[in-house]
Amino acid sequence: MNVTERYRYVYKPLVFVAGLAPLVWLTCGAFGWFGASLGADPVKELEHECGKTALNFLLLTLAVTPVRNILGLPQLLRLRRMLGLFAFFYALIHFTIYVVLDLELNWSTLGADIAKRPYITIGFTALLLLVPLAATSTNGMMRRLGRRWTSLHRLVYVIAILGVWHFYWQVKRDVREPLLYAGILALLLLYRVVRAQAARSAARAAASARAQLTSTSRVGLSLRQSQSD
Amino acid sequence: MPTRVPRIAPSEITPPEVYFSRRTLIGGALAAGVSALAGRAEAAAGPPADAARLTYTANPGYSVSEPPNKYEEITTYNNFYEFGTYKEDPSRNARAFRTRPWSVRVDGEAEVRGDFTLEDILKGQPLEERIYRFRCVEAWSLVVPWVGFPLASLLARFKPTSRAKYVEFTTLYDPNRMPGQRVPVLEWPYVEGLRIDEAMHPLTLMVVGLYGVVLPNQDGAPLRLIVPWKYGFKGIKSIVKIRFTESQPRTTWALATPNEYGFYANVNPAVDHPRWSQATERRIGAPFFAQRRPTLPFNGYADQVAPLYQGMDLRRYF
Repeated sequence: MNVTERYRYVYKPLVFVAGLAPLVWLTCGAFGWFGASLGADPVKELEHECGKTALNFLLLTLAVTPVRNILGLPQLLRLRRMLGLFAFFYALIHFTIYVVLDLELNWSTLGADIAKRPYITIGFTALLLLVPLAATSTNGMMRRLGRRWTSLHRLVYVIAILGVWHFYWQVKRDVREPLLYAGILALLLLYRVVRAQAARSAARAAASARAQLTSTSRVGLSLRQSQSD
Repeated sequence: MPTRVPRIAPSEITPPEVYFSRRTLIGGALAAGVSALAGRAEAAAGPPADAARLTYTANPGYSVSEPPNKYEEITTYNNFYEFGTYKEDPSRNARAFRTRPWSVRVDGEAEVRGDFTLEDILKGQPLEERIYRFRCVEAWSLVVPWVGFPLASLLARFKPTSRAKYVEFTTLYDPNRMPGQRVPVLEWPYVEGLRIDEAMHPLTLMVVGLYGVVLPNQDGAPLRLIVPWKYGFKGIKSIVKIRFTESQPRTTWALATPNEYGFYANVNPAVDHPRWSQATERRIGAPFFAQRRPTLPFNGYADQVAPLYQGMDLRRYF
C-alpha cells in the first residue's frame, strides 16, 4: 500500500470509528447497555460529555498543523477534515440534547437563554459559525472558493476560543478543567503566531539578501567597467 | 410566628416499618416504570441491606406528594467539594471518612458553651423522618426522606442570649480526611449561617440520616443542616462548630462570588442566578421529557416561611 491507500483504507476508517466511540459509549450509558451508566443525572452527563467531545475534536483539528510540521508528517492533513466534521457533529448533538432533553423543547426559555445568558450566547455563536465551515468542507467547495476557502476557515480560531470560553463560563467554581482546555488552545494558537512571525522575518531576510546580492553584482560590474576603462 | 405544624395524635402515626415498606413498594413500582420508559438499568430504590438503621418516627406532617428519589441518586449525586467538585466524587472519596469520634464546639452568644460529643448532641432528641424537596442553586432538585430532629430543640439547649441574632455553622477542616480541601476552590473551612428566627423555624432540620439509615458520608455525615426553603448550599455538612453571633456570618459561597450567591439564598423563581435562570428546575431521576418543572417560591414552603421575610426586598437580599 502506498501512503494514499494507507490513509484511505486504514487511517481514515480508524479515525472514523474512534470518532464514533464516544457516541456509542454515551448511547450505551443512556440505555444502560453493557453495564454502562451515566449516573444519577444522565441528561447533564450527555450534554456535558458531547460538549467536551466537540471541544476535544476542535483541539485535535487545530493540532494537525503543528504535529505534521514537528513530526514531518505532511500526509496528516488528510485526517483534518474528518476531525473538524466530528467537532461539528458533537457540537450539534450537544445543542440538540440541551434543547430536547434539558429544556424539553421549551422554546421561550431557549430564546431567553441565548439572548440573556452570555455563556449560552457565545456557545450558540460558536455552533452557528461551525455551520459554514462544515458546509464548505467538500473538495468541490474547496476548489470553488480557492483562496477565500482558507480565509473562511480561519474562523476555526474564533470558534475554538468561543467554545473554550463557553466551557469556562458555565462552570460554577472549579475552573481547572476549562483552564486546561484554554492552556492547550493557547499553545496551539501560539504555535501559529510564532510560525507566522518566523515566516515573516525569513521573508524579510530573503528579501534583503536578494537586495544585497543585486547591489554587490552591480558594484562588481562597475569595477569591471572601470578596469576596462 | 404563623406556621402550620399539624398536631397529630400518636394513633394516627403509621408505624415506621409499615410506612417505610409502603413507600418502598410505591418507589419500586415507580422506578420500574421509569426504567421501562427510559430503558435504563434498574437499581433498588432503598438503602443497601447492610446500612445501619436508625430508630425514628415518620412525621407525615412534613411530606410532599412527589415520590422520593432513589437512595442511589441521593448518594451518588452530591455537591460536597470537601470530597471533590464532580457530582460522583464524594461517593467515591468519602468512603473511608470516619465520623467517630466526633465533637461539636458551641460558642458565642449563648449561656451554654463548650465541646459536645456527637452522642451529647443527639441525646434526648427523638428522630423523625421528614420528606422534603431539595432544590440546588444549580437548578436541579431531589425529594429526600431525611431523618433528623428540629434544629430549634438543639439550639434551645444552649440558651442563646438576646445578642444571638445569627447562628454560624462550620464544617470540619481536615485536608487529610477531606482531600478536596487541598484544592483552594473555596475558602476552607466551609461556613454557613442562618438568622436566628430561620434557625429556630420548625422546618429547619438537623439531619443524621436518610431513608431510615445513618447518613452516608457523602451526604454530610455525621451531622448536617437542611433548610428546605433555601438553596442546597445552605445545608452545611459535617458540622463541627455552632456559633451564636450578633453580626451576620460571612458564609463561604457569598464570600466566593458575592454577586451570584447571597446570605439568604431563599429558593426564588423570580430572581435568576446571573448565569442561569431559576424559574424552572430539573428533577433528578424523573423520566426523560418529564424532568423539568417550575420552581416554587420558597421551594413550595412559602405558606410557612414567607412571613419571615415580610417587608424585605428579596431581589436585594437574594
